[in-house]
Amino acid sequence: MTLARKKLFAERGIGIAVLVFVLVAPQIVSGFWMDAILSQSFILGIGAASLVFLSAYGGMISLAQAGLMGIAGYALGNMVTERVEGGETKGLLLGWDPTVSVVAAILLTVGIGILFGAVASRSFGIYFLMLTLTYSVIAFLFVSQVTQVGGFSPIAGIDRYTPGFVGDVVNDRQRLYYIALAVALVVYAAIRYLVRTPFGIALEGIRDEPTRMASLGYNVTLHRTLAFGIGSLIAALSGLLFAWWSGQLSPSDIGLQATIQLLVIAVIGGLTRIEGAWLGAFAYIWISNEVTNKIPEGGLWLIGGSFNTVIGLAFLAIVIASPDGLMGIWDRIWSGMRGRGGTGEPAVAGGSAGPQA
Amino acid sequence: MTERLRQTPRSQLIPLGIAAAAILFALLYVIVIANPSTGVADSWRTTNFGSAFDNPGAFVFTLLDALTFAGLLFIVASGFSLIFGLMRVVNMAHGSFYLLGGYIAYEIQQSMTGKGFSVQSSDVNTWEWVLPLLVAMGVIALFGLGMQQLLLRWNQGQDLRQALITIAVSLIVADQVIAHFPRHVPAGTKAFGGNAVGIGWPGWTNRLVDLHVWGVQYSLARLVMLALGAAVGVALWLWLYRTKTGMVIRAGVDDRQMTSALGINIQVTFAIAFAVGAALVALGATVGTSQGNISQGQDGVWLLNSLVVVIIGGMGSLVGAVAGSLLFGLVTAFSTTYLPVSGPDCCTQYSPVLTFVLMALVLAFRPRGLFGREA
Repeated sequence: MTLARKKLFAERGIGIAVLVFVLVAPQIVSGFWMDAILSQSFILGIGAASLVFLSAYGGMISLAQAGLMGIAGYALGNMVTERVEGGETKGLLLGWDPTVSVVAAILLTVGIGILFGAVASRSFGIYFLMLTLTYSVIAFLFVSQVTQVGGFSPIAGIDRYTPGFVGDVVNDRQRLYYIALAVALVVYAAIRYLVRTPFGIALEGIRDEPTRMASLGYNVTLHRTLAFGIGSLIAALSGLLFAWWSGQLSPSDIGLQATIQLLVIAVIGGLTRIEGAWLGAFAYIWISNEVTNKIPEGGLWLIGGSFNTVIGLAFLAIVIASPDGLMGIWDRIWSGMRGRGGTGEPAVAGGSAGPQA
Repeated sequence: MTERLRQTPRSQLIPLGIAAAAILFALLYVIVIANPSTGVADSWRTTNFGSAFDNPGAFVFTLLDALTFAGLLFIVASGFSLIFGLMRVVNMAHGSFYLLGGYIAYEIQQSMTGKGFSVQSSDVNTWEWVLPLLVAMGVIALFGLGMQQLLLRWNQGQDLRQALITIAVSLIVADQVIAHFPRHVPAGTKAFGGNAVGIGWPGWTNRLVDLHVWGVQYSLARLVMLALGAAVGVALWLWLYRTKTGMVIRAGVDDRQMTSALGINIQVTFAIAFAVGAALVALGATVGTSQGNISQGQDGVWLLNSLVVVIIGGMGSLVGAVAGSLLFGLVTAFSTTYLPVSGPDCCTQYSPVLTFVLMALVLAFRPRGLFGREA
């Protein structure tokens, strides 16, 4: 058995073990762990997966994903919540049917995403990163300045209005857990499928050689715009789940802070492989949960500061030590076994995405 | 193939038409279409002051607001652009440098004047403004230099990794600033991290200048801000185009390897440029804090401002930074004054959308910004 096959088997084995664990986890772990750690990991993992998808297959490091998640959540919050006597007074309070609102929020987010993508589609590399960062900050300024749709205090009570097929997520957190898990699995499978289609392969071609692909007759800007649209669809799903999970949304769920959080998750997991998104989300949320409880009232020992200093230092260490994150370390262990063959270069994303036919 | 080539300009005609129409409409709206808010029924044409013909004074005032804000924008963004132009480093910690610089200047001025939290301009003499400025510039320059030497020198060329490193630094710096500043707080209140504080301009700037144009009286402090922006621009131009260091920097921008092959120590040049870029953001922060205030969250705002300016103007171009600052300043000032005010909460708060529209309009035709070159 070749090493590559062994690695594939090892990954499959780990994958099945993880799948079995998360399926039975609500029976094993405490309610807090299920809801605050695992559910949140699935949800933020979906958001990070949209970033990793764009980065691994499109070569586009998009910092707009947190903004798009927030746009979806804010859209939902504005559409579903209704005017209740003595209740929430934030947002437009349209009081639409939840199912209609979910569809409308997704469509709106994807529409905005395609617009964002169209503007950014001719920028590459670090320019693309900067441009998409401005999208997130502009979205943040929009929801915090435009008091009709939000303003500085949060839109609350979004989780009270869910479509019938989602059910009551306020009390039945286990239901929300399985919904988040199902969406995460569907997103994962869909991305794995998508990158094997002619579109996905063309996207990888554009990532590596945009000029050559253009001269072969591919519409580079259109492919990149569509990929960005797909990324915004995934981000929208994550944003909706987050709105149900947290029940409320505030501008800080959109802005620079949220953008960096999602980027940290994606980088911890590894920007080259989709699996890394959920791995990174789990690691991030688990660490943050451990650390936040241990930070003294007056700030960190000696230097002061809060959780962000810790996560910043951890992020710095990871970027310096292994820019490919945890998945990169995993890939390097295997290529290290191959003897001197492993040069530590990032593994080909997805494993088997070579040109077929 | 020739057919494709001929079609390309035609496919640009539609976006070009839309862009021209949008710009024309914006100009017409400001100059003639807008109505003053008094005496006319609320409509999409109702603005605070009406069109330039209705109230030429307000128009000049807004124009000056735009130009002076552009001066501040230029000071901050030129540092960002300088660092990128030479080293291809996107310094995501630029906003955090702004935050730190502003608070440092505040603390120095507080300990110098001893007037306490609510320091008045009249209590501040020129020296009490210039020394905080110089200290902030020095500290931030050293800080930026340290970051460059420790974290960015050994991985040159890996632009994504460097951007991620600076993001990590920005996270740490912003959090530390919130944990430790402001240290001088009003008597009887608890020091609360990241609270808004301001610096006083020197007393002599605290007056209005009569411009003798439609009776406009304008704040001298804001004009000083514009003058400082212009001075920074001229100084940078002289430095880059009239000195030996500047010549080396320009050579390094064009061809880094060839420059070092000619026996020039490009690392020293990088270090100088990074320190100057960081010092510029501290200058901008001191000026910005004197004009408004500094508080938690402004790191994000100023990172956005710098990004927008250089995205519009083109990365690493001095002229581009000027053009980007002017355009962004104009859009910001005019959108907050000339967006319609029909109803209690419409529409001046929609100005962030116009920032996006401005970027979209520029990037649709020049993906590398107005004065950007192919990397």
